[in-house]
Formats: sequence, structure tokens, C-alpha cells
Amino acid sequence: MDEAQAAVMDEAQAAVMDEAQAAVMDEAQAAVMDEAQAAVMDEAQALAAAAEILRVDGVSVSLSGRQILDNVSFTVGAGQFTGLIGPNGAGKTTLLRVILGLQRPTGGTIAVGGRPGSRRNQSIGYVPQKVLLDPDMPMRTRDLVALGIDGHRLGMPLRSRERKDAVGEMLHAVGAESFADARVGNLSGGEQQRVLIAHALISRPQLLLLDEPLANLDIRSGQEIISLLGRIAGQHHVAVLLSAHEINPLLPVLDRVVYLAAGRAASGTTGQVIRAEVLSKLYGYHVDVLNVHGRVLVVAGLAAADDTALAAGPALEAG
Amino acid sequence: MPQLYTWVFEPGFFTSAQVQVAATIGGVVAVVSAVVGVFTVMRGQSFAGHALGDVSTAGGSGALLIGLSPLAGFVGLGVIGAGVMDMIGVRRLRGRDLATGIVLGAAIGLSALFLYLDTTAGATTGATQQILFGSIFTIASGTIPIVVILSLVPLASIAVIYRPLLLATVSTDMAAARGIPVRVVGLLYMLALAVSVGLSSLAIGAILSTALLIGPAAAALRLTRRVGRAVAVACVIGVGATWLGVLLAYDSYYWGRGHQGLPVSFFIVAVVFVTYLLSGLPAARTGARHRRAATHMAPSPTEDKIAA
Repeated sequence: MDEAQAAVMDEAQAAVMDEAQAAVMDEAQAAVMDEAQAAVMDEAQALAAAAEILRVDGVSVSLSGRQILDNVSFTVGAGQFTGLIGPNGAGKTTLLRVILGLQRPTGGTIAVGGRPGSRRNQSIGYVPQKVLLDPDMPMRTRDLVALGIDGHRLGMPLRSRERKDAVGEMLHAVGAESFADARVGNLSGGEQQRVLIAHALISRPQLLLLDEPLANLDIRSGQEIISLLGRIAGQHHVAVLLSAHEINPLLPVLDRVVYLAAGRAASGTTGQVIRAEVLSKLYGYHVDVLNVHGRVLVVAGLAAADDTALAAGPALEAG
Repeated sequence: MPQLYTWVFEPGFFTSAQVQVAATIGGVVAVVSAVVGVFTVMRGQSFAGHALGDVSTAGGSGALLIGLSPLAGFVGLGVIGAGVMDMIGVRRLRGRDLATGIVLGAAIGLSALFLYLDTTAGATTGATQQILFGSIFTIASGTIPIVVILSLVPLASIAVIYRPLLLATVSTDMAAARGIPVRVVGLLYMLALAVSVGLSSLAIGAILSTALLIGPAAAALRLTRRVGRAVAVACVIGVGATWLGVLLAYDSYYWGRGHQGLPVSFFIVAVVFVTYLLSGLPAARTGARHRRAATHMAPSPTEDKIAA
């Protein structure tokens, strides 16, 4: 745990440094000199809050009498890579839909870029879960990416040099040039994810939401998508909020974690959140967090952790 | 050569007023069907298109019964039917099929009643044939302006909602996240579809309207990789099939000794069907070539050449 935790914390700090203004950075560095290690994280968090892109404040959602989200609060800073982690049915998709303004919360507020989240928020890019691209659809990769620029506008698309260049640049950024003229429906899962990411990014959003982008991808494609997203978050200065039921593939790029279980959330750095006492509180029963070769394993157990029989309990999150 | 010419175009083809009206109305209707049809096929709503044909049947036969023009019934009831299907169907994901099926069943029931009354009580003995299978040669030339104006409605609707409709067709989630009112766009498209089906009911019959809606569009989707081109190709196929059908029907009068002309709708649908079968050939050929030359992501240049 310590290695991964340290790496993640370093990256979080680096990201915060990158984005901060020079004057603020000096202050942060001064703070680092003066204060103890624990205080550094507080300072980093304060800096992140200064360039806050997303604020989720006490959001609750109940659908037909069932509580899906229960008082969920967290923030995402500019350019941060945040993992929205939790088991199936924890409310990840609902939370993303609330942020997009597609689902009205029963309580709480959302602010994107300092403004209250509304449905027509062009500062959010979105890659939904399970987009089924029909192989019979006559649409090339570059056409779908171009729809990201002006797909919400009325009328027919007009060709322009500017539009073509923007599409070309975005295809290059996600490494989709080699299949730019192929039908999107004929692409592999990993290639389709790249196209959808390009579609979501081309309007230059401040925040990119991805709902389970790694589901149905083989390990290698998944890792390629993760490193692509990590690069994009840095280069394009986009905050990434990515939902997944599995945290381990994301550990190298994550700045922060929002862990969702039973509708409740805990947020912070990986080291702060992925701990037995934090997650046990979320789940409402005792879980253990195991650290195996730099990967984490969340395992259900009973309060008596010394009972060896419990180690074989059902894995909520396997690495 | 003159012999071949008169063999292809039997005497009087170009001077016949009936042929001119048929070619004009058929051409306009084919364009509307092709434009709307490309979206129908992409959205997987062929079944809805067919159901609206059945609704048109009820509308047309009902209109005849009360002394209105069938076109008014085709379009009028079609638009109402589209609205009802949208209302029932939007709440659930699988509701769309269900709504379509329910409306379709009710429409066929009404058609059975209206057509029975048309042919027994009314003086319109040819009603069944006219409503179900069309009679493009008997349309009065005064109908042309009405058809042209009516066809502008779906064409303009599709042109206006083109991009949002396309994005909603790719993914309703992606469209909704961009602030597109997906429901409104879907309803506008359904209304365009209803008018389009009503128009093609007039040309080739309510039951056969699906063929002109789906066939050219489905063939075009196989031949090109771009939506704009698919629309253009579908128009060419639709208009070509309609005109060829009109010609063959006209000529068929001279084929047998009995001088019995065969129905236009049969020929139009036959040409559409054959075109659809032929449209699979280039894809099958490039598919085979791709399999031979190891799978590779490069797009095949032949696809778009055919479309251009």
C-alpha cells in the first residue's frame, strides 16, 4: 500500500502544482517547508479547491422509494484525475447522470465550474456506458468526432477548414488517425472508446465524465485507454471523473478517489479512502483492505479480523 | 435502334398525362421516403414505419367512407398514430416495440371495418386495391401541388433537426448530455415519418409504403460510409426504382395479347427489392478480399466510389 499510496500522493501534488499560479505555488512551497507531512496534504487540497471544477454537495437521489444516493459530497479540481469507484449497483451511473443534469437529485446541489449544473452544460464531456455503435450505420470515425463540435446545433453540418483541422487534431490526440475513415461500428472496443473520448473532448470541456469505460475491454486496451486519459488530463488540462468497479488498473493515474458503496461516498486520496475503517463505515459492515504487490483488495469480513476463516470471504473488489 | 427505343418506351409513354402525373408524384414521394428512410433504418424503426403504413390504411379507407380524399386520411391518421405511438412508447426502453404493435393491431382492425364498408355500402368498389396497393396512374394532376407542399414538411423537419437527430441516433445518452431534447427530436422525426408514409401510401399503396421507405435506404447504407451520401444514394435508388416501375407498368400493357396492364406498385417494389439484393454484392466482394488479404483497418476505396 505504501508504495502505491506514495506514488499517488506525489502525482496529486504534482498535478496541483502544475495548475497553480506562480504566486500561489510559492505559498504552497513555503507551506511545505514550514509544516509537517500531514499538513502538506491539507494545503494541496486547499489549492485544488481554488480551481474547483466540480462540487457535489449533499446529493441524494431516491428512485421509486429506493435510496440510490445518500448525502454524497465531494469536489474535483481542475485537471485532476478522479476515480469513481464502487461495486455494481452502488449508484455510480446515477451520480454521473445527476452531474450531467439528466437526473434531478431529491436533495443537494451540483456546481460545475462554479455555476449550478444545468442540462445544457457544454463544459462537460460525457462518454456513456455501453454505447452500441451499429456496424450498419454509415458514419466514419471523423464524422462522429465532428458531431462533438456541433451535434447539438440545428441544421446540416457545413464543411469548413477550421472544423476539419479541429477533428484532425483531436484524432491525433487520441491516436485514432489510422481508422479515421473506417465505419465506427466496425471498430474494436478499445478503438471505439478512443473515438467516444475524442467526441467528448473536442468541445474543450473542463470536465470529462466516463461511465465504466473499461468494461468489456481486454486488459491491454484498458491500460491504453487509462494512460491516454492520464495524458489528456495533464495536456488538455481537463478534469477526469471516471467510474469503474475496479480500482487497481487506475492506481498509476489517479489523483483522487470517490468511493461509492450503498449510496454513500468517501473521497480523498487513495491512501485516505481505501482503508478498512473508511470502507467498513461506507458498506455498513466490516471489510478488510488487503495490499498485494501494490494492488489493493477489498474483502468482506467480520469484526474479528484474526479469524483466519474470514480471509476467504467474498471479494467485493478483486485485483 | 428506333425499334429498341419503341420497345423500351412503348408508344405514347412521354406524352401520356397519366404517366407525367405518376412520374412527378412518384419522384417526389420517392425522395421524401429515401430521406426519412435513411434515418428509419439507422434508428431501427422499420417496424414503426410499417405500423404507420397500417395506420394509413385505416385513414385512407376511412376517408373514402366519409367522402374525403384518401391522401387526407393517409396523412391525417398517420400523424395521429405517430403521436400515440410516441406517447405510449417513450416511457420504457422496450415500450417502443410494444406501442408500435398495439397501434398496428388497432389500425388493421379499423381497416378491416372501413374497407368492408367501402366496398359494400359505398360505391367505391376498387377501394381495397386502391388503398392497400396504390393506383398512381389514376391520380388527378391537381393533386401534385398538394403532394409537393406536404413533402416539404418532412424534408424541412429532417433538415432542421439533422445533427441532433443524428447524435440521438448514435446514442440517446450522448445526445441528452449535450442538452438535446431527445424526446422532442424523436417526436418530430416520428411526425416526419408519418407524413412520408402517408405520401407513399398514395403512390404505391399503404401496405407497400414500407418497401419504398426501407428498401432504397437499406441499400444505400450498404454502399457508403457517410450519412449525407447515404441520403443521396437512397434518393437516386428510390426515384430510379419508381420511374422504372412506372415505365414497366406502362409497357406491360403491350406485353400480353390481352392488353392488361399490370400494377405499378408491383414493379416499383420489385425493382427496389432487386436493387437491395445487388447492393450486397460490393460489400460481399470487398469482404472476401479483406479476408484474403489478412484483416486490416484500412477502409476500402471501392465503397465510396460506388456511392459517388
